Amino acid sequence: MKARSMLLQVAVAYLMPLLLIFSIFLLIRGHNEVGGGFVGGLVAAAAFILHAIAESPKATRAHLPLSPDKLIAVGLSIALLSGVLALFQGNPFMTGIWLKQPLPVIGKVGTPFIFDVGVYLVVIGVCLHILLNLAEDER
Amino acid sequence: MIIDLGWNIIFGLLGLAFILTVFRLIHGPRLPDRVVSLDLITAEIIAVISVAAIRANQPAFLDVAIILALISFLGTVAFAYYIEQRV
Repeated sequence: MKARSMLLQVAVAYLMPLLLIFSIFLLIRGHNEVGGGFVGGLVAAAAFILHAIAESPKATRAHLPLSPDKLIAVGLSIALLSGVLALFQGNPFMTGIWLKQPLPVIGKVGTPFIFDVGVYLVVIGVCLHILLNLAEDER
Repeated sequence: MIIDLGWNIIFGLLGLAFILTVFRLIHGPRLPDRVVSLDLITAEIIAVISVAAIRANQPAFLDVAIILALISFLGTVAFAYYIEQRV
């Protein structure tokens, strides 16, 4: 990976925030309409892969707040936590608990939404783990 | 009805565009021609999705078109990268 295209770098600098915002929009809209954690995670992973092509896989790793395998771990823990919360109320595992009052931007918040956030992180982590390792494998 | 005729004309023209592009994809003399035709196919898919969203009165379909428009250029860039590597 030697020749970097300046056109691509400039385009990605504008495109990547757009993709990330759209992925979060998909995640938040998930429970009542089309969208959800999985689709949002895929879009966010595509944004990072675009960055990896334009710059380099190493630069993308430096950009990530957590390494991909840690993202998988954190996502799974969040998903598990959302299920465990119901146990404290004496309900079966993974019963949905909802806030009575919807929040201004996000809308109705409950444990299914937290589960979705976990799925979002796991999908980003898995995609980046596979694709960055493949991209770094120089012949 | 005149509206039905309109839908038929729109989908017919889009289908014609697909046929012409796929012809270039199969026949394209060189590899870059094929890559450009693949890129054009995604643009046509976006057009079909937009028309289908209007016809079905489903704004949700437009999300697919947005994602395709944002991502499709990733595929073309990857192709360009590997063509450059090969030469």
